[in-house]
Amino acid sequence: MLEIKNLHVSLEEEDKQILKGVDLTVEAGKVHAIMGPNGSGKSTLSYVLSGKGGYDVTEGEALLAGENLLDMDPEDRAAAGVFLAFQYPVEIPGVGNMTFLRTAVNAQRKARGEEEMSAAEFLKVVREKAKTLKIDAEMLKRPVNVGFSGGEKKRNEILQMAMLEPKMCILDETDSGLDVDAMKLVADGVNALRSPDRGFLVITHYQRLLDHIQPDVVHIMAGGRIIKTGGPELALEVEKNGYADLMAEGV
Amino acid sequence: MAAPAVKQDPLEARLSTLSAPKGAAWAEEARAEARSRLAASGLPGRRDEYWKFTDPTSLNQPDAPRAAVFATDEAMPFSDVDRLKIVFVDGVFDAEASDDLSMAGVEIERLSDALNRDIHWARDLFGVLEERGQTPVVRPHAALNTAFASDGIVIHATGRAPKPISLIYLHKSEASDAMLHHLVKVEPGAEVTVLENGPAAARFSKVTEVEVADTGRFHHVRAQGRDHERRASTHMFARLGANATYKSFTLTVNGVLTRNEQVVELVGDDSTVHIAGAAVGDAAYGAFHHDDTVFVTHDAVNCESRQVFKKVMRNGAEGVFQGKILVKPDAQKTDGYQISQSLLLDDDSVFQAKPELEIYADDVQCSHGSTTGAIDEDALFYLRSRGVPEDIATDLMVLAFLAEAIEEIEDEGLRADILARLQGWLDRRRG
Repeated sequence: MLEIKNLHVSLEEEDKQILKGVDLTVEAGKVHAIMGPNGSGKSTLSYVLSGKGGYDVTEGEALLAGENLLDMDPEDRAAAGVFLAFQYPVEIPGVGNMTFLRTAVNAQRKARGEEEMSAAEFLKVVREKAKTLKIDAEMLKRPVNVGFSGGEKKRNEILQMAMLEPKMCILDETDSGLDVDAMKLVADGVNALRSPDRGFLVITHYQRLLDHIQPDVVHIMAGGRIIKTGGPELALEVEKNGYADLMAEGV
Repeated sequence: MAAPAVKQDPLEARLSTLSAPKGAAWAEEARAEARSRLAASGLPGRRDEYWKFTDPTSLNQPDAPRAAVFATDEAMPFSDVDRLKIVFVDGVFDAEASDDLSMAGVEIERLSDALNRDIHWARDLFGVLEERGQTPVVRPHAALNTAFASDGIVIHATGRAPKPISLIYLHKSEASDAMLHHLVKVEPGAEVTVLENGPAAARFSKVTEVEVADTGRFHHVRAQGRDHERRASTHMFARLGANATYKSFTLTVNGVLTRNEQVVELVGDDSTVHIAGAAVGDAAYGAFHHDDTVFVTHDAVNCESRQVFKKVMRNGAEGVFQGKILVKPDAQKTDGYQISQSLLLDDDSVFQAKPELEIYADDVQCSHGSTTGAIDEDALFYLRSRGVPEDIATDLMVLAFLAEAIEEIEDEGLRADILARLQGWLDRRRG
């Protein structure tokens, strides 16, 4: 589903290299986790894949179902099937959550040459999905993320993911700022979306999210590279011993 | 060789093209007084403090600069609103195109008819609020208008008007130089809504004087737009009694030069004035300069005033805001609010703001803010990352930015109409 080959990325303004040759393949139907210490380049990877400005790709490529992602505008990547659940979802005063969601769903459909969703159909679907995520109608009416608690923001991200039905879901530190109950709710939302034709890349510091979203493959990232890849047991190892041993090993 | 032309004073040059309209003795006297005010102040120049950001030359010059009539098949604003229509073509009342002027709760007359009568309530209003509005800041174009405008509408609200009075300003001649002067008197407990729309003329001067008596309510929604080359200088002068309401909203799209002045005096306790404006300018379609100049005077206890002005500018469009709240010594418990913000969509556009507070009472609440900013890149990326194309994402954020001003329109139908205008403007820019 997602193939990242020898990806080198530096910050546009500082000429500082952040990713130094990332190789990673996420197959459809699989959940891959990336763990790593602060500053290892995890979030940068998620931003580069979704098309945020400010980064220079100096080498390498990233393909989604064989299509080169890195040449596309963010909206085209979204239409192609990339979804990033933000670590810090952005507040947009004045733009209603529903208006935003409906605009997004229909813009993607239009870009793919599909029929747009009617207002009635959209309302029905969004209410259903919001209910399972315990998002009430009032929250849907409010401006995007404005006045939402940390947990509400993350649930709103998962709601967007559920509505947009992407091929490749990237979750950037989705567990940050969540208590156990909220994390369980978010994880349930993610698990409900697991399907044979969808890939997941779950970025996290801690193993605890992976208790709820069971990964198939775990990668350890440090210094802008994947330094170790293994099964779910690798996450447990990190939880027990920290990153220091692995990093020493990886060098 | 021809003799060198005598350098003529700009005011003299302007006056030479105008002739004073006839009317009842009191009206002619009022006009003569306006001419004296004008003679004393002269026409404004760039050196005047109140004209620092807007060049008055094209408003001063004897003949109106030509303005092409903009062809569009788009419906006029308020088309779907149940209203009483009053049509002016290039500044001249068109009886045939207008509805019958009779409506329950209001008396409507043509200005020239009212000013021809020896006895008329208009005597206490015509030129009166305009004159009060000349202190402490002179407004020469308003005095010029009082002195020479011959047409306009006179509205006397004695009850609750069942539907809005809609003034429609059509522009048909490329060289039209129009002046209109309206009077509105709202009696105690009465309520009336006045709508205005249309480009009006190549150059348009308009003064509206509004007297709102105790417990009266006046609503005003205006959509200035269409013609790119039009010029307008408008004034609204208002005085509010106790427990009275004055709410005015203006949407401006297009226009090479627009200066909208509002001068409101709160002389009765517990009154409310809200003045709001949303302006969207895109200089790619012709120069765009828009100036909101507002002066609110609190001269009574426990009054509320709000000024909410938002401008979105691109491709070198220019926006100006000069807003003042004056709180007189006895105007305790004043609640004053003023915000002026601009969203600049590129580096070529400009916004200049001069917010002023002058407060002589000690128990008041006044807040003001003025900001100039670009689009929030993080928010833009967030929207795009969900598949919303950049231009649509920008439009969503433009509408979000303007929302606070548009929400000042109380009537839901009128608010929806204004939003539709804006959406149309944004859609046309996307092609």
